[in-house]
Amino acid sequence: MFDYNFHWRPVLKSLPDLLEAGLTTLQVASLAMLLGILIGLCLAVGRLKGNGLWYWLSTIWIELARNTPALFQLFFFGFGLGALGIHFSPYMIVLAGLSFNTAGYLGENFRGGFQAIPDTQLKAARSLGMNLWQAYTRILVPQVFRIVYYPMTNQFVWVVLMSSLGMLVGYRELTGETQFFASKTYRIFEYFAVTAVIYYLMVKIILGLSKLFASRYFRY
Amino acid sequence: MEPTVKVFSSFTLQDLSFLGEAALRTLWISFLSISIGSFIGGIFGWILHETRMWGGVFINPVLDVFRSVPLIVQLVLFYNFAPIIGLNLDAFESGLVVLTLYTAALVANVARGGIEAVGKPMRMASRSLGMNYWQDMRYVVFPIGVRAVFPSWVGVALGVMKDSALVSVLGYVELVKASQVLITRTQEPLLIILVVGAFYFALSYPVSRYAAKIEKRWSS
Repeated sequence: MFDYNFHWRPVLKSLPDLLEAGLTTLQVASLAMLLGILIGLCLAVGRLKGNGLWYWLSTIWIELARNTPALFQLFFFGFGLGALGIHFSPYMIVLAGLSFNTAGYLGENFRGGFQAIPDTQLKAARSLGMNLWQAYTRILVPQVFRIVYYPMTNQFVWVVLMSSLGMLVGYRELTGETQFFASKTYRIFEYFAVTAVIYYLMVKIILGLSKLFASRYFRY
Repeated sequence: MEPTVKVFSSFTLQDLSFLGEAALRTLWISFLSISIGSFIGGIFGWILHETRMWGGVFINPVLDVFRSVPLIVQLVLFYNFAPIIGLNLDAFESGLVVLTLYTAALVANVARGGIEAVGKPMRMASRSLGMNYWQDMRYVVFPIGVRAVFPSWVGVALGVMKDSALVSVLGYVELVKASQVLITRTQEPLLIILVVGAFYFALSYPVSRYAAKIEKRWSS
């Protein structure tokens, strides 16, 4: 039954390349996360305080991002827009798709965070003589950040995992690189097994670091 | 007159029914994996709750692997692993196995949360009313726990429904795979991708709306 040889050699030989591709994954995921946070904030504010167009745009964005598969969103940016003559590189497809998706999910998270802070907090800050910017950056945002911190780290892990879809649009992040090596050598199982381990370690490291950060900054 | 050969034919109504069938296959694999996976996940959640040491040391890390490795890697890995242990699985069966385990891993924590949402005094009260352990589980913990975690379970189920798009990698003709087939033939990517997006949206949006409504009603 188990007469299968696990071929270590090809995998070990390309391990440096795989690890480097892992860094690419982290890179594109971080950038997508950053964009997602920025857009997500706009979406959350749009849902809460936006008027007319802003509100509807945020609502449509959030519903589309949350109710269709991430793969579909990537394909939309990849193949769909190609029909209109807008061509993205594989990197841009992954970045756009992941940011679109993440912004939608984070938008809802942020909205929940903002809604959890009572209005009176802002009023109190204003009546102490802070201007709006001070009231937001010193009173509201720190509280919201604490609420959305764990959902945000989870979302980052999701983005790292979702970036594996890059394989399907020809971007060579970790999974794409694995696919490349696997189809070159036909040792599909070996390569994907090692990639699974790399992903697992990456996720564990991310979660560990985020816990460290939380224990340091959310002590009180 | 020479008959002209038409390589690409345009999108027809028949293709719409082809996509409809594919949507049914998406639904079928999602339905199976969500129901079986939720059942297994419920059992895992119960074990996690009951046996802290065993759950923490043995079960949680295993479930963690399913949550920390991209689904696409899991799919390719299992598809290539099955022949090694002498299983002859087609794309549907491999996809089903992976999606089921993935669902189970996600549901396990949800289920544990549900059991723990039922307060200790409540459990003691039901036991002191003369219920045995299983009666307590069946008549007290289950109804209250399900109510507490229903929204997050719906979230998991919708997530799995959307993630089932990845089974297309193995060649199971669900919505995404069908859309790729049609795009290759018709060369009208935007139209088909929008139709497929509409299908997914139509599957997911009503459910998420309904769940949000229920959540609001139950929380008030």
